[in-house]
Amino acid sequence: MRAYRLLLRLYPASFRNEYGEEMCAIFSRRLRDSGGPLGAAALWPGTIADVVTSALLIHLDILRQDLRYTTRTLARARGFALTAIALVALGVGATTAAFSVTDFVLLRPLPFAHPDHLVKLWERTPAYARQELSPANYRDWTRASQSFESTGAYHSLAVNMIGHGEPLRLMGAAVSADLLPTLGVQPLAGRTFGPSDDREGAPGTALLSYSLWKSEFGGDLSVIGQRIVLDDEPFTIIGVMPGEFRFPWRDAVLWTPMRFTAQNYVDRNDNWLQAVGRLRQGVTIEQARAELLVLAAQSQKQYPKENEHIGASVIALRDELSEKSRLLLVALFGAAGCVLLIACANLANLLLARAVERRRELAVRTAIGAGRERLVRQLMTESLLLAFVGGSLGIAIAVTAVPLLAQLVPTTLPIAGTATIDVRVLIFAAALTALTGLLFGLAPVMRTGTDATVRGLNDGSRAGGGRKERLRSTLVFAEIVASVVLLVSAGLLMRALWAVQATDPGFKADGVLTMRTPLPVPKYSAVATREAFYSRVLSDVRALPGVTDAAFISFLPLDPRMRGGIWPVSISGRATAQSDNDVAFIRYVTPGFFTTLGIALMRGRDVAASDAVDRQFVAVVSESFVRRYFPDVDPIGRHFQFAFDDRVIVGVVGDVRFRGLERVSEPQVYLPSKQVKDGWIVGYIPRDLLVRAASTSGAVALAPSIRAIIRQADPQQPVSDVRTLPDIVDMDTASRTVQVRVLGAFAAIAVVLAAVGIHGLLSFAVSQRAQEIGVRIALGAQQGDILALIVKRSAWLAIAGVIPGVALAYAAGRWMQALLVGVTPADVPTFAIAVSVTILMTLAGTLMPTLRALRIDPIAAMRVG
Amino acid sequence: MNPLLAEAEAFLPLQPATFHILLAVADEDRHGYAIIQDVAERTGGALKLSAGTLYRSIQRMLDQGLIVEPRERPDPDEDDERRRYYRITPLGAAVAKAEARRLHALLKMARARGFAPGKA
Repeated sequence: MRAYRLLLRLYPASFRNEYGEEMCAIFSRRLRDSGGPLGAAALWPGTIADVVTSALLIHLDILRQDLRYTTRTLARARGFALTAIALVALGVGATTAAFSVTDFVLLRPLPFAHPDHLVKLWERTPAYARQELSPANYRDWTRASQSFESTGAYHSLAVNMIGHGEPLRLMGAAVSADLLPTLGVQPLAGRTFGPSDDREGAPGTALLSYSLWKSEFGGDLSVIGQRIVLDDEPFTIIGVMPGEFRFPWRDAVLWTPMRFTAQNYVDRNDNWLQAVGRLRQGVTIEQARAELLVLAAQSQKQYPKENEHIGASVIALRDELSEKSRLLLVALFGAAGCVLLIACANLANLLLARAVERRRELAVRTAIGAGRERLVRQLMTESLLLAFVGGSLGIAIAVTAVPLLAQLVPTTLPIAGTATIDVRVLIFAAALTALTGLLFGLAPVMRTGTDATVRGLNDGSRAGGGRKERLRSTLVFAEIVASVVLLVSAGLLMRALWAVQATDPGFKADGVLTMRTPLPVPKYSAVATREAFYSRVLSDVRALPGVTDAAFISFLPLDPRMRGGIWPVSISGRATAQSDNDVAFIRYVTPGFFTTLGIALMRGRDVAASDAVDRQFVAVVSESFVRRYFPDVDPIGRHFQFAFDDRVIVGVVGDVRFRGLERVSEPQVYLPSKQVKDGWIVGYIPRDLLVRAASTSGAVALAPSIRAIIRQADPQQPVSDVRTLPDIVDMDTASRTVQVRVLGAFAAIAVVLAAVGIHGLLSFAVSQRAQEIGVRIALGAQQGDILALIVKRSAWLAIAGVIPGVALAYAAGRWMQALLVGVTPADVPTFAIAVSVTILMTLAGTLMPTLRALRIDPIAAMRVG
Repeated sequence: MNPLLAEAEAFLPLQPATFHILLAVADEDRHGYAIIQDVAERTGGALKLSAGTLYRSIQRMLDQGLIVEPRERPDPDEDDERRRYYRITPLGAAVAKAEARRLHALLKMARARGFAPGKA
């Protein structure tokens, strides 16, 4: 019988209280009639099944009833329901979207086997924390090292594929045969590179990315074994990589084997290798770093001249992103957390207010016999329904928002471009809001104890107790603090964005169209072949109506794929102590580059058509170059050694921020495109065409004609990366712009929510105290007194919230300092505006309740009581 | 139409358990166990209501006003303090009649097609 009673606990208490005894009586009759223990035992399975199914059905009955009741009551309180749903949706949506992106970029393991064991190896010099390795150093260090299970090397690759539809520019990497095994990836189909592929003179082989295989080869497996032509050389496709393999960065679509020749190992200062290592089991990154430093020190002893100042560095592959990207994301996540906090506080406030309003209704229901359990269930159903609807909307918000945040995903990581929604966060945020809903939704029944019934029926409108008032004020206080922090953070970042955008890049971007004509080698190894192409294209382009000027350069400034390109500078007679810092940007240009880009020519002349390979090699240098290398003399006519040759300075131009608006760039040296020996320095063949027109839109309209000109000059030459220069400049601040927008949106949401919170708190207080205010008015209180009564409260709230808010905002600003580029975290205008907005918001929230209080009719107010 | 009948139509078709409970309390007030026994007897043991099904139905039927718990108890010598008795309401009776009519009409249709024995 005991067991049966226990079983009955499955029923809702209301049902059990009503029918429990009856059911026990029936069960005991059955036991008696069953005739012995065997019969009794046979009774159990059916009984259990009966109780379980009927209990479930009864619970569903109640749920159906409660849902009906809830939709009815919520339809009556539409404002409340919509606000609550919006709050939950915002909280869940913002947090999920922000954390999904943060987690995707910063935390989620990379798509490789045991990704936490993967590291990148770098050379380290006093000037550069991470520098590519020279093949000789890579070979020596990885051979001697004990820290790695295996290592692999690669360098980026850009080739033209012809003979397969339109000529196509493909980005990818040349990799050593041991790279893919080191990463622990398998091909989707075919095979990866083996030792036979990276021998010198082996036939060319290539691996396709999943996306390239789908888009250009129709996803057909018969491509394996097929021949393709890359930069005029034949390659055989040997495999297809899986879709999630994006190494070394997002846009990589093609991999070929990298082959070292004996020649590669000669120059220890020719740094072009990137290297990945897989740590041996039990070896930490610190141990590997220490070992590599020892090896680098040995190399320094062995090659004191070449390896002077060259150290080594080991960094987790996961951390291959800038501190700026990391901070941007963490700040974003912090802001989303603030929004969730505010949303929860507001929801709690809303439910508390509703609880007080409903006290009478609940008291009535208790009085006519509704059990406490039924009321609790009812309120829970309401809270959960709100949480469910709001949560679903929140998911919709997150799904829409995540792709908008794609600009915050750095291209340098081997991951996809768009984050996927993180289910764990979704559940966390939904659970948090549901919990808030439950906790505060149940507040009325916590008070609706047995004794509260009578009191609840009695008091119609008197205030709802000091404790709850304090709780509500605390919640509003928290909202004010959080909105001050968000306002200040958004403001500081906005100022920083403006500061960056106001930075002069050193050229005039408006009206310039750019495109890449990636001339392949060996086809274009000879200078004369290239010059024929340049002069034909440039003269035809210049003849187009609307074109003011046109030129070619080796790499555009602010090019997201090529931010470097530097070469050592040596000047006879200059001390060698600073040799490591003595570098400059190297760029080959055609005549007219400076006028095309609007770079100021300070002294001397531009490179000229007459600067041929048989003449004295010349250079145009930047002002920073002059400051660094010829500070106190006339630079024109001075000589220096650069890119294997002696050069004489013929002109000085303004500085260009090649590395990006926020970074300091090395001094720049521009060399005439003709003054290089055939087949030398082919990486710096001018491949980017720049065309200036009267306006940017005018330049864009020229694109088809320019493409036609290029096709005429060389039908096999693909054209890629057609962009305007203003777009390239904007791209440089894209992640910042997105972040400012997101944070601005968060701050705006926070301010609105906080205003709603203040409004709710005060209107509630006014309606609760209507009787008291009525009495005061009747006793002769002036409008001013009533006004003071209300405004004083909101003023106190504002002051109490702003002070800690400002302190916390300053702390947040200090922490984001790296992102603020020169804007101080104690920026007075930002703080002044944030505090003013907060005060205005408080006033806005106070306005309506105050007006309502002033309009109270004393007679009506007192009669209600 | 009689308003009670119109109201009764809204309950159709009835669940078998509901119909049987209405039949069981049609002529006298009965308690739960007596209902179970009555149903079993009338159906020759084919339908044995379980306690869970019975009381879930009773709760719903009370809510719908098909049965009531009478205030006065039956004869003291038959009364059991712990037991709760149930009595059919006029609405309950109307619903049972409406269901019977519905079943009767169905049966007639089945007969006309030769699916059931008896007069066509």
